[in-house]
Amino acid sequence: MSGPPLHIDVHHITRVEGHGNIRVDIDDGEIKKIEWQIPESPRFFEAMVIGRHYTEVAPIVSRICGICSISHTFSSLQATEEALGVTISEETEALRRILLWAEILQSHVLHIGYLAAPDFFKVNSVLPLIATHKETVLLIIKLHRLANETADLIGGRTTHPIRTMVGGWTMVPKRKELETLRARFEEGVDDTKKLAAVVASLSPAIPDFSRETEYICLTEPASYAHYRGMIKSSDAGNAIPLSGYRRVTNEYIVAQSTAKWAKFNRDSYMVGALARFNNNHEALTPAARSVAEQLGLRSPHFNPYFNTLAQVVECTHALEMCADLAGRLIDTGLTGENAPVRLREGRGVGAVEAPRGILFHEYGYDDRGICRSANCIIPTNQNHANIQHDMEKLVPLFKDFGKERLQFALEMLVRAYDPCISCSAH
Amino acid sequence: MKPRVGFFDFTCCEGCQLQIADLEEEIIGLADIVDIVEFREVLTGSAASYDIALIEGSITRNSDEERVKDIRKRSKILVEFGACAHLGGVNKLKNLRDETAVRREVYGDAWNMPHLNTYPTRAVHEVVKVDAAIPGCPVNRREFITIVKALAMGLPPKLPDYPVCVECKKRDNVCLYDIGMACLGPVTRAGCDAICPTNKSACEGCRGLVPDPNKNSMRDVLAKNGISLDEVFRMFTMYAIDPEVLP
Repeated sequence: MSGPPLHIDVHHITRVEGHGNIRVDIDDGEIKKIEWQIPESPRFFEAMVIGRHYTEVAPIVSRICGICSISHTFSSLQATEEALGVTISEETEALRRILLWAEILQSHVLHIGYLAAPDFFKVNSVLPLIATHKETVLLIIKLHRLANETADLIGGRTTHPIRTMVGGWTMVPKRKELETLRARFEEGVDDTKKLAAVVASLSPAIPDFSRETEYICLTEPASYAHYRGMIKSSDAGNAIPLSGYRRVTNEYIVAQSTAKWAKFNRDSYMVGALARFNNNHEALTPAARSVAEQLGLRSPHFNPYFNTLAQVVECTHALEMCADLAGRLIDTGLTGENAPVRLREGRGVGAVEAPRGILFHEYGYDDRGICRSANCIIPTNQNHANIQHDMEKLVPLFKDFGKERLQFALEMLVRAYDPCISCSAH
Repeated sequence: MKPRVGFFDFTCCEGCQLQIADLEEEIIGLADIVDIVEFREVLTGSAASYDIALIEGSITRNSDEERVKDIRKRSKILVEFGACAHLGGVNKLKNLRDETAVRREVYGDAWNMPHLNTYPTRAVHEVVKVDAAIPGCPVNRREFITIVKALAMGLPPKLPDYPVCVECKKRDNVCLYDIGMACLGPVTRAGCDAICPTNKSACEGCRGLVPDPNKNSMRDVLAKNGISLDEVFRMFTMYAIDPEVLP
């Protein structure tokens, strides 16, 4: 079918982290171009840490991302600890798990409430919603505040944690602080259920679109893996050890992006909340599972727009896990003891589930503890090709609805991935 | 009329912009004193001119240099927002190494593709005239509000002109040098309420040097505590502090 020319040129898409462009050119009914472009300035973190002392590496790479600085810190600390042969205590790991869930909550609430919600309400930002949907905005702020205050209390600061270090913590929270937090986590679980009810009422606005892809995340026995584990692909039978991560990511460079792209068994794969939900949903808490049901999420789910809804499910799960971990730490008591560090030449890989998906760091150190090699593979790097392929399927399906609806569907698609673009051009 | 404010990001982690979302309920108060007309990370829309432009991030490319110059032309007041804009931030670690080596290390054989080209990192005032700075990595949310309020009222914002040590002492902290750590508190501009040393983490100098730093005293402290030259170099280069302060 031929029709009027249709050109979409979204320069620096709004309400995402970093700089991305969407280009679509349709002439005489023929699709000439569909491109997800990343013009973000390259940042060179992997070269910036070379020659730096092992104690400085995590604080430097934390600056890769303002939203997921805690995830970068932990992937980095894990890689360094493996390289130096440091084994952290159960207490250290439990506190790290709480802090990482807090970041996932912070990032998801920011995305659901501030970045994605305006699409559902057809407004330009969260600001007009203060007048029209004050109760919902206050609910979002309350959950966001809880996540951030948890980060303040355990990490020392909301963004770019300062209590975290190789082997443990510079300081640990007091028992009383953990008790207060635990009560707030429990209350927060109910708040996430209220959030889920609001989102469920908006979900009819989600575009009807589906594209099966490969889903990749961490896996750990009997757990909705986030802090540790092996690599799981929905296309592969056996889990892959972290040391084999390059076999999974296969990064490559394209002219339309300063950020590297990735692929494994197909032309692209997806990481993040929907990938985790699809691969690990059986390990969700009962409350999180009932939120998924309320939102119409069933595994496997192939509509990428539902990534935002999977984030809602994870908010409930995160707070239940936080309450449980805090309870266990209160029962055992905190010692604040750190694992000893001895310098040695070595190499290590670390990985956590950042809010946007699996995040790998790898370093090599010399026997003086100086970093000699570094590689970081960011979730959004791994999603870029999948966004491109989604667009290639979506444009032919939506092009006859007119430019406005097509452009809205494309922008909303990018936002559903919650991309961290400046992170991906690290 | 409320001043019209725009937020812009260049080479950075966007963590300083995030501090605005982290104001939580106070965002509502902020919207009462200024009119946010452009803020790509959280708002769809743009404007032709600004009373106050807040620039986050360092400048590392010709295209970004042109963009910030264009924003400068359309702004009455231009503010460096956070350490990357104010000092070049951690992005200046790149400048310590050969630019080609850095590009080859990260992009391998594709290092010379034109879209991957950057130049050595610059702070915003190294590219355009700047009227004020909000320091920090990330910025301190309270200080951000104070400075924006001052600018909105047409007053020159005032940053503390004393070092982090003053705030650290006020908080009754044990000096990190006394527990075997090295810290840049003696020469770094205060205003962060000594958040890092309070959490037993060394000051990394993210707010830049205090005006007229006491170099002799800093040298004495470093020498007395046996801090090696290597370590001193690493401390001072983390946030691109002027090497003139080096012993």
